[in-house]
Amino acid sequence: MTDSKYFTTNKKGEIFELKAELNNEKKEKRKEAVKKVIAAMTVGKDVSSLFPDVVNCMQTDNLELKKLVYLYLMNYAKSHPLCTDCEDPNPLIRALAVRTMGCIRVDKITEYLCEPLRKCLKDEDPYVRKTAAVCVAKLHDINAQMVEDQGFLDSLRDLIADSNPMVVANAVAALSEISESHPNSNLLDLNPQNINKLLTALNECTEWGQIFILDCLSNYNPKDEREAQSICERVTPRLSHANSAVVLSAVKVLMKFLELLPKDSDYYITLLKKLSPPLVTLLSGEPEVQYVALRNINLIVQKRPEILKQEIKVFFVKYNDPIYVKLEKLDIMIRLASQANIAQVLAELKEYATEVDVDFVRKAVRAIGRCAIKVEQSAERCVSTLLDLIQTKVNYVVQEAIVVIRDIFRKYPNKYESIIATLCENLDSLDEPDARAAMIWIVGEYAERIDNADELLESFLEGFHDESTQVQLTLLTAIVKLFLKKPSETQELVQQVLSLATQDSDNPDLRDRGYIYWRLLSTDPVTAKEVVLSEKPLISEETDLIEPTLLDELICHIGSLASVYHKPPNAFVEGSHGIHRKHLPIQHGSSGPAAPVDQPQVIPSQGDLLGDLLNLDLGPPVNVPQVCSMQMGAVDLLGGGLDSLVSDPIIIMHPTLCGWKNIIYVLLSNSWSGPGLISVDFLLLLAVLNFCVLQVWLPAAKAKGLEISGTFSRRQGHMYMDMSFTNKALQHMTDFAIQFNKNSFGMIPTTPLAVHTPLMPNQSIDISLPLNTIGPVMKMDPLNNLQVAVKNNIDVFYFSCLIPLSIFFVEDGKMERQVFLATWKDIPNENELQYQIKECHLNADTVSGKLQNNNIYTIAKRNVEGQDMLYQSLKLTNGIWILAELRIQPGNPNYTVKNTLNEKVCPNLWPVLYNIIWMQLWMYYS
Amino acid sequence: MIGGLFIYNHKGEVLISRVYRDDIGRNAVDAFRVNVIHARQQVRSPVTNIARTSFFHVKRSNIWLAAVTKQNVNAAMVFEFLYKMCDVMTAYFGKISEENIKNNFVLIYELLDEILDFGYPQNSETGALKTFITQQGIKSQTKEEQSQITSQVTGQIGWRREGIKYRRNELFLDVLESVNLLMSPQGQVLSAHVSGRVVMKSYLSGMPECKFGMNDKIVIDKQGKGGSTDDAGKSSGKQSIAIDDCTFHQCVRLSKFDSERSISFIPPDGEYELMRYRTTKDIILPFRVIPLVREVGRTKLEVKVVIKSNFKPSLLAQKIEVRIPTPLNTSGVQVICMKGKAKYKASENAIVWKIKRMAGMKESQISAEIELLPTNDKKKWARPPISMNFEVPFAPSGLKVRYLKVFEPKLNYSDHDVIKWVRYIGRSGIYETRC
Repeated sequence: MTDSKYFTTNKKGEIFELKAELNNEKKEKRKEAVKKVIAAMTVGKDVSSLFPDVVNCMQTDNLELKKLVYLYLMNYAKSHPLCTDCEDPNPLIRALAVRTMGCIRVDKITEYLCEPLRKCLKDEDPYVRKTAAVCVAKLHDINAQMVEDQGFLDSLRDLIADSNPMVVANAVAALSEISESHPNSNLLDLNPQNINKLLTALNECTEWGQIFILDCLSNYNPKDEREAQSICERVTPRLSHANSAVVLSAVKVLMKFLELLPKDSDYYITLLKKLSPPLVTLLSGEPEVQYVALRNINLIVQKRPEILKQEIKVFFVKYNDPIYVKLEKLDIMIRLASQANIAQVLAELKEYATEVDVDFVRKAVRAIGRCAIKVEQSAERCVSTLLDLIQTKVNYVVQEAIVVIRDIFRKYPNKYESIIATLCENLDSLDEPDARAAMIWIVGEYAERIDNADELLESFLEGFHDESTQVQLTLLTAIVKLFLKKPSETQELVQQVLSLATQDSDNPDLRDRGYIYWRLLSTDPVTAKEVVLSEKPLISEETDLIEPTLLDELICHIGSLASVYHKPPNAFVEGSHGIHRKHLPIQHGSSGPAAPVDQPQVIPSQGDLLGDLLNLDLGPPVNVPQVCSMQMGAVDLLGGGLDSLVSDPIIIMHPTLCGWKNIIYVLLSNSWSGPGLISVDFLLLLAVLNFCVLQVWLPAAKAKGLEISGTFSRRQGHMYMDMSFTNKALQHMTDFAIQFNKNSFGMIPTTPLAVHTPLMPNQSIDISLPLNTIGPVMKMDPLNNLQVAVKNNIDVFYFSCLIPLSIFFVEDGKMERQVFLATWKDIPNENELQYQIKECHLNADTVSGKLQNNNIYTIAKRNVEGQDMLYQSLKLTNGIWILAELRIQPGNPNYTVKNTLNEKVCPNLWPVLYNIIWMQLWMYYS
Repeated sequence: MIGGLFIYNHKGEVLISRVYRDDIGRNAVDAFRVNVIHARQQVRSPVTNIARTSFFHVKRSNIWLAAVTKQNVNAAMVFEFLYKMCDVMTAYFGKISEENIKNNFVLIYELLDEILDFGYPQNSETGALKTFITQQGIKSQTKEEQSQITSQVTGQIGWRREGIKYRRNELFLDVLESVNLLMSPQGQVLSAHVSGRVVMKSYLSGMPECKFGMNDKIVIDKQGKGGSTDDAGKSSGKQSIAIDDCTFHQCVRLSKFDSERSISFIPPDGEYELMRYRTTKDIILPFRVIPLVREVGRTKLEVKVVIKSNFKPSLLAQKIEVRIPTPLNTSGVQVICMKGKAKYKASENAIVWKIKRMAGMKESQISAEIELLPTNDKKKWARPPISMNFEVPFAPSGLKVRYLKVFEPKLNYSDHDVIKWVRYIGRSGIYETRC
């Protein structure tokens, strides 16, 4: 620093002293100094050279000092170096100033930057203009209102017509970003003239500029097919660009506009052909870009399989590919697999199954199964390939293979059962629940063909309680099947499993299923056989297709993160719920069989509630956008496997935990068809389970994907609303709340709805909502009608349901004998009603026992002329007593019931109430 | 758009941190380190989403480059930008290493400021950048020079500045191909393709207009139609090649290629990649590998590999290397080879057989006995494919440069005055034979 000596001598004078003081360690001194500076400023001395030192003092808690600094700032911001630099003769410096200026996020200062920015937007030098264009976006981020007020948006729009392509590109980028936060304004104003300007700039600007322009073009909706075609023609050359992002953005524009072209035109066909090579070329890029390309190709293949159907070979996995590329390639291979190429695909898959990465190998094995299910002609080859793989005895390969073979059995029943023997050899090596369950299912399903099926299943029984629920349930079903097929030899086994399931298990699902089977078997083996061994629905070929509306939306996002995650942007971008959802253009006119783009409301539209959700967030957002191919794989497995796994004989309605309720539901609907079949025991069973049929209260179609079914029950003296919430939409739901309207019994929830974790798509959750009757009362029609409002992050939904009166029967409904007698006499005759119950074969004791379980108490029993007379009482939560006389004649299955109420009841209410009670009692008496 | 850009060393220490957007907080730097760099498992995706923030990363040797965003950005663009960033850094200070980055961090910040504005990539051509971002500090520039710089950076020909002068106008064309093969043990070609690059080094004065021609089937067939004789069509059919797809440097006028299939451009100064292409038809596979693996009992493997060269005898292949994988439980290997040197490399689990040179239409063989330790590991050996490396002095795709014409109307040199060099190099890409 030899030059520095020239300066040292000059560092004297007022300014120098002030500078030193401003940098003093003591706060007081600094404050003094700033005051001096302000004073100097006031008298008109130029203290602008102290700018950095004064700004330094801004970092203080002292309010007084801060205000002084701000005062200084406001005075000198105009002559702030940044502002003066905006006038510098050197365009590089002007641009640097305007670039930096946008990064100062102080409102007060920003105001002073407007003038220089306005100048820079009209600068003679394109370098300054292109920088100024981006600066408008920066400023908009800081103070949107100001940008609008100052008319910068208009200046930006003017830049679209700029002579310099890079200025155009940056202006487009800035406008696109700004317009995202103004979903409704037509900021970009894409009209044919502007589009033409963009297309001209497209040929001339940098690779990045081309991306901005193409992304912007994809938002344009051409007015007719001619315009669409002419844009396509000018975009197609971009497919040869070296930059993969340019290629993908061009593909996006073409994929969108293809929708508008007539399907039979030559141009349409040529364009489709032109799309394939560039997509393939993307795969020779670096792995990260390959990954992005593959995720997009996955979408494109689902939307337009014809584009790449000839190119399956390029998706063959290379030994050195990173694992994420391998898994994606495998996914696309399956989608492209067809009769024509299945031999090659299979050979490849077999090769992959010997690789090292466990996830990859599993996916490959699963893929073989999917090939079999997809291409019928190949099923045999696939099965033999799987058998070869089982021979390798590599543990996870064997297990995965058995899981997919189970699916193959379901798709092609009675075709490949000859291989069961080979499968059975591997029984011991299976340690994963999925594989064990699959194997048990196979043994149970084909018990009649396996000589030692009983031994095999028995071997699983030993460690019954250590197994996972999935395995336990399957094992239970399998043994019941076995019993129904070979009743003579397996009675002991079935007894054993039923007692294990019902008596020794704490798992309610298992216990309930056990009871059902037990009752079924003990009452009516024929029906049991019909139900348990009923024909199963076939499984579908394609399991993991993206839902069409979502797919169309994702096509509009090709190249972007949304296409990588396979999620709409609002699933992972904060505060984007206001953003207009993109959709494919719809073809105008009537040329050809135009596929109408019907958009079922599967994905709930985003309301402002999501914003609420974000603000009220209970915890960190749970793994929302974390998609990786592995998870997708898991979903496959569920889609293809679960229904066959859990439900077995019965079609399951919700693939979730509320399984048993549905099982009963189906059983009921089966048995109800012929009244002769209703066995009292079965109904008794229902009563034991304190069970009412789950009714769908709120269908998914009416509630943007939320389905609520439920029932009411009374347990241990408390009332509950047992509900099952199922998310049938594609996004998660959170933030649930429930409220009742005023009702006849004043019923309200005791606690708020406790749903703490978000409800993921296709998931269900069972909720037991405790209730009490201390709320406001209002007469409803019918009397037991209940109106409910349920809210979630999407919307508020309303439904109404009928409360079964039985839940209002309280535990202390047993009347004193004397009181009973007195009351019975006091009740006026018009309150008395009689009716008969037909076809009932119970004796008096059982009846009274059963009724007692439901809080209907027997006060006295008499035998009059060979008839049993039961006197009973019950009490409702609102204090109303109901008294009953039940007459049972031995030999005559008809019961006579006489009911009375105490006088408190409002007379015009009585018939209504009576009707409901009658319905209710019928259930118990019969 | 890109919200921030971080560079980490292999330990996860931040070397460069540049934040462009307010929504990216400081904790983003740590989130990536904790969740990706220090993650126990192997990286499962180049895009990671952590707490609603997306991280894109690429790795160069042991340096991590990560771009961060909270928006729905163009993912392909972010990766392309990261690659470009690497190219720019390499052009400025050579290899991307921790030391180089630390030594040049001011320069890197300056570059980042220029090529990324508010997360939007700007002109990132090194040719242009080097005119005004220099490590020597700001040179005093005349007004003309300044406006020249800005017009170049923003102009239509952003990759070349005006007023370049050479005493000798010269250009070098390298046709670099990598030939990829996957062959079944039975010798069936499962997949084969050539990915080629035409790299040009141009030392030309002024703003020369260039036109590049090769034996592209579509072009030759078009010309053949003009001659319209069957013979010409047939003979050109042999000499021309079918290019599946090609991509070009941004200097090439794509609309012209699309309409006339002619490749015309004003080249950047110095070295750059003119085009990339891909072919899959009629590939000359320079070598054929014939493997024979036999398991002798549980503790011994016999491997015999024959390689055959399949090109003109007058040509010489170089740097031939055959890599024969061995099982993990290999205890000893004996190798006999006819030519070159072969060695068992225990650390790489492979026998590496190297041959310096080999002429066309020859054959060579290696046989090895591999002794194995008995293991009770049930997991079978995956049998990775035998891979091969080589370099041959021709283009396996059959591509030929037909012409490269240079016109510079303003200066007084003609196409004939330019000295042109063309070289063909075929290298092995992933050249594997399953065994």
